[in-house]
Amino acid sequence: MSAGFHVSKDVLARIVIAASAWVSAAVVLFLFLFLAWFCRPLLDMTTLARLLSWDWRPFQGSFGILSMLTGSLLLAFSSMLLAFPVGVGICCFIHGIGPPSLARFVLRAVKLMTSVPTVVYGFVAVFVLVPLLRDVFHRGSGFSLLAAILGLAILVLPTVVLMLHSRFLTVEPQVRLTAAALGMTSSQKLLHLVIPASKRGFLAAAVLGLGRALGDTMIPLMLAGNAPQVPGSVFDSVRAMTAHIALVVATDSHSLAYLSLFACGLLLFLTTTLVNIGLRMLTRNREVGS
Amino acid sequence: MTRFHHVFSVLCRLCALLPGAVLLFLVGFLLQQSRGRLDLQLLFGDTPPLDALIHFAPVWDGIWPACFGTFCVVALAGIVAVPLGILCGIHLSEFARGRFRTMLSFCVDLLAGMPSILMGLFGFALILFLRHTLLPDAGTCLLLSGFCMGLLVLPYMVNATYSSLSGLPHDIRLLGPSLGLNRMQTIRHILLPSAGRGILSGLVLSLGRAAEDTAVIMLTGAVANAGMPRSLLDKYEALPFYIYTTAAEYQTPEELKAGFGAALVLLILTTGLFLAAHLLHNAMERRWRQG
Repeated sequence: MSAGFHVSKDVLARIVIAASAWVSAAVVLFLFLFLAWFCRPLLDMTTLARLLSWDWRPFQGSFGILSMLTGSLLLAFSSMLLAFPVGVGICCFIHGIGPPSLARFVLRAVKLMTSVPTVVYGFVAVFVLVPLLRDVFHRGSGFSLLAAILGLAILVLPTVVLMLHSRFLTVEPQVRLTAAALGMTSSQKLLHLVIPASKRGFLAAAVLGLGRALGDTMIPLMLAGNAPQVPGSVFDSVRAMTAHIALVVATDSHSLAYLSLFACGLLLFLTTTLVNIGLRMLTRNREVGS
Repeated sequence: MTRFHHVFSVLCRLCALLPGAVLLFLVGFLLQQSRGRLDLQLLFGDTPPLDALIHFAPVWDGIWPACFGTFCVVALAGIVAVPLGILCGIHLSEFARGRFRTMLSFCVDLLAGMPSILMGLFGFALILFLRHTLLPDAGTCLLLSGFCMGLLVLPYMVNATYSSLSGLPHDIRLLGPSLGLNRMQTIRHILLPSAGRGILSGLVLSLGRAAEDTAVIMLTGAVANAGMPRSLLDKYEALPFYIYTTAAEYQTPEELKAGFGAALVLLILTTGLFLAAHLLHNAMERRWRQG
């Protein structure tokens, strides 16, 4: 009697566990379906053409999102261009260039950086970085592409370092004996063995950092000035897709404006999916190779 | 060649200065700017603290309502994400096999990579959808924020549970069957307690993530001057949103100082949670390395 009761309870638990797993997996699907559902009007060619234009002037009836797309891509790629070499440098310091005690300290600092809220980075940058840029370059208000690039570079730095660090950690034991046999110093080992052997890690770190920079909202929203235009220089103001979503929800109520917001959302969803598939391929091939 | 090595190592050393410098500057600057404002008045304004805490007396120019709003969002997010995430992690580590497992872990990874603004947009779309269908007067509110925030941190919970369970040594898995326990009993009485600290570490980390995220709450009901939320369906204030609006719309130096104070409070909160999660994680690793 009691045994029978136990079995049925176990079966129930199994069902609950499996159901929660599928619910968790379905969240992402629901997100996609919602975005796609609200983007239905885009199937109409004239609406699509109106949205895929360069002009965002809601009061004159133009709702183009291409300048936001450009803004997002510019911000993400330039900030990665800055953060990636610095990240590589920090990671090399941790793995052999610097003395071990300092290396541990630097690694801790990088990990601690991940816990700083984005909005705090943004807040401090508004009152330090923006006035600094304004005073040094005397070009505009300081709320510019450059300010947002610098802010984003700081934000994605830990992502790059930690991804590379985890790759170096797996590569290093494989080459340790070789390096010792050749009498290499730790920096020689790093430069000639570890770095060449972790190409995939470099690529994965770049892709991950790019995804993170593309998806961040607060730094572009607080620092980039949010003018919907294609910037002519790094001192011009830009608007990212993420910031566009935040701004439109707060102000507009026109249906085409809402449509532009879901179109941006769908674009972000698709780029994130691509980034994830890329990362998966990078890590899977590694497992096959080793 | 040696010259190249030299230049390279100097550059690496320069780069390595950056993380420490950023952190020191951040803390130093916030401390300096909010000096003289870091007291109970920052939290409660002119309202007596005990009245605000116990009787929910209205607080006008303090950040207590924002702290309380953030606390509510974090608690609601926990209610959504913790049970669902732990159960999903158990399924992923103990039951799921083959193609289903790959699919499930892909979906969870994808969710973990989603920009937080998309979770906010999801909540916003949900409200638009409800307005058109079931509830014509649905609006953004505390409950919605908590729900969306829960979905945002769900993958962190899943991954923490999954990696804590699958990182357990093999002999622990044999302990259950050797005592005559079935699979579910083994999970409940042996595996889950052994992985407890790792799961707890993931939980604390998720709460920290829920406390700091701004994009989600911005789209789902946080407003600048709501006071204390009266119900789950009310608008509310939140600490990250308060910081964001202060940066854009502060009027007096005093308000700006309060903004710096709020930024410092949020920073202490999230780094505190982060360090707690880190300690728990280390304790878990040490335990199973020795065992």
